[in-house]
Amino acid sequence: MSAAETDTVLSIDRDKGDFHYDVDYKHDAGRGLTEETLDFISNVKEEDQWIRDFRKRALKVFNEKPMPTHWASKDLEAIKFDEIRYYLSGGTKPARSWDDVTEEEKRTFERLGIPEQERKFLAGVEAQFDSEAAYSNVQAAVSDQGVIFMNSSEGLAEHPEIFRKWFGKVIPTGDNKFSALNSAVFSGGSFIYVPPGVKVAHPLQAYFRINAEQFGQFERTLIIVDEGAELTYMEGCTAPKFETATLHSAVVELVAMKDAKIQYITVQNWSSNVFNLVTKRGLAHENAEIRWIDCNIGSRLTMKYPGVIMKGRKARGEVISIALANDGQHQDTGAKMIHAADETTSNVVSKSISVGKGRSTYRGQVHIPKHLKGCKNNTECDALLINSNSRTDTYPAITVRGNQHATQHEASVSQVSEEQIFYMKQRGLSEAAAMSLSVNGFINDLVREFPMEYSVELKRLIDLEMEDSVG
Amino acid sequence: MSALEIKNLHAGIENQEILKGLNLTVPKGEVHAIMGPNGSGKSTLAKVIAGHDDYEVSSGEVLMDGENILDLEVDERSRRGIFLAFQYPSEIPGVSNANFIRAALQARLPKGEDIDAVAFYKQLYAKMDILEMDRKFTARAVNEGFSGGEKKRNEILQMMMLDPVYAVLDETDSGLDIDALRIVARGVNAMRSPERGFLLITHYQRLLDYIVPDVVHVMSDGQIVRSGDKSLALELEDKGYDWIKDLEPATA
Repeated sequence: MSAAETDTVLSIDRDKGDFHYDVDYKHDAGRGLTEETLDFISNVKEEDQWIRDFRKRALKVFNEKPMPTHWASKDLEAIKFDEIRYYLSGGTKPARSWDDVTEEEKRTFERLGIPEQERKFLAGVEAQFDSEAAYSNVQAAVSDQGVIFMNSSEGLAEHPEIFRKWFGKVIPTGDNKFSALNSAVFSGGSFIYVPPGVKVAHPLQAYFRINAEQFGQFERTLIIVDEGAELTYMEGCTAPKFETATLHSAVVELVAMKDAKIQYITVQNWSSNVFNLVTKRGLAHENAEIRWIDCNIGSRLTMKYPGVIMKGRKARGEVISIALANDGQHQDTGAKMIHAADETTSNVVSKSISVGKGRSTYRGQVHIPKHLKGCKNNTECDALLINSNSRTDTYPAITVRGNQHATQHEASVSQVSEEQIFYMKQRGLSEAAAMSLSVNGFINDLVREFPMEYSVELKRLIDLEMEDSVG
Repeated sequence: MSALEIKNLHAGIENQEILKGLNLTVPKGEVHAIMGPNGSGKSTLAKVIAGHDDYEVSSGEVLMDGENILDLEVDERSRRGIFLAFQYPSEIPGVSNANFIRAALQARLPKGEDIDAVAFYKQLYAKMDILEMDRKFTARAVNEGFSGGEKKRNEILQMMMLDPVYAVLDETDSGLDIDALRIVARGVNAMRSPERGFLLITHYQRLLDYIVPDVVHVMSDGQIVRSGDKSLALELEDKGYDWIKDLEPATA
């Protein structure tokens, strides 16, 4: 099927509700992936030749690379690349009326305290969420300090001198099959540049940018924080987002120059039909610090291993992650720490919760080569199982060569026992409340790392997940 | 009737009957003690009253003020006023004691109503003072790393905060030194009221020096075989448990 100006989106199946929704899009690249698809995207975006070439090279790499099913889940084979729409934008027509939104969805919004206006967007009642005012305010506030915060397509067009220097350098196209896919069809995502010495006081949020381009399927984010500058960035939201597209494959590249600090916070709550295959990596120069705080609650399969390459002396990398796998979900997450200079330090703390038939996997890679001195790594992964059907796997790969380093690894698996639930119920808590309290207790020390409003939402979200799992 | 009544209760675990037609009435305002040798079914009785899933009730009734509670969920029974002080309280990692008690109180409020935090802490601290518990226990995870004595005191603290109608204390004295025992007893005695009934399960009469019961029952092989006043506990202490084996079940 060729690209068309307007078309309707695939009907989607959700386990509950089973709703369909049709949106007329102004730009639709049609189904399947060919060079024409890439041309369509580049034409809409009026891109330069170098980026057109970049996309086409990436498509070749994508086609050549096999699926990583020799180590990853066979579930990846369920992705039908020929049936996917790789680019949709400019949809305006509300397709679903508020009356069509199920009581369950409404209750979820209510419980999470989502503002009225955002509910309609999230429920698919409005194709766009009008956040222009909030976004402009934030943009104006930071631009006074010389901070650039915009859509990555705008960044590419307006600041090629910065963009081109770092784009695809932290995560090369050929890093993995899905980074290649993203490189071919990317659209959306953020571009941020923070000038030397600027400490951005408030976290920047992708959420403010929703209407600039919808939550992309193939987001491409590039963040450069210059010498001595600091930035916190937040991505995603705790509200469930009802999605028509089942494949999401983002690439996020961070660059922290000398003495810079970047904190990147993600809360992922895609609906349960989504494959979320994400590549995230940061490059930390001398004495720079990159922290990934990553929370995965939704999706059918998430594969995500945020990484930090510690390129300069005394650079620090950290990954703090929480994954919750409910029935039918697989959270395959972890961290990648590449020590490439002396006295670099990395810290990985991962907590996963598996409920019902849910499955959590931790994959960690820590690499400290022989020629370095004084590197440190600490890795902790804890898994909590709720009921005997759940499954958890841990694959830590810590390669340390040389004897002038310190590494520490701890792993634990615990279970919310029947006795523990009985004890809490005897105090008057319902089964769902008891489980929720156990889960919140398990991740308590990590949730403190989240900004206040996120941690409150996170707690409510876990309450909801537990309520649903008890039925 | 204003009492916790257990009528002809047969219950057990995995087809093995442990309670064999037990009869017992604990009226409001009274403290009853159950004594008996290990394996007589004392802890089973406590768990069946609370509604533990592992135990199956084959016949009989547990009535709370005349209403059979056997069909109610564990948490529902709790909210109606049944409290069990556990012999082995569970640990809840990462959940602070204060938050746990607060969640339990919150569960008793109608939807949309919230606990008054200031009043809650005021009350919590007052009860902790009676039990000589350090304020730092509010922030510590429930029972995690607590000594045996601290766990038992924490059970009494929860009981005092939840203000139950009928409280069952399962071997609360086991593992306590004399000072801790005295403190626990002080908490229980402070709770004695015409509006509340207590069932103390104990192996030793020592506890009953500090919490003087109105009635003492002796349990053997899943039944109450003898009931009497405080002197029965002393008699048991004197003679040991061997002599009760020959006793016939008491009638309710």
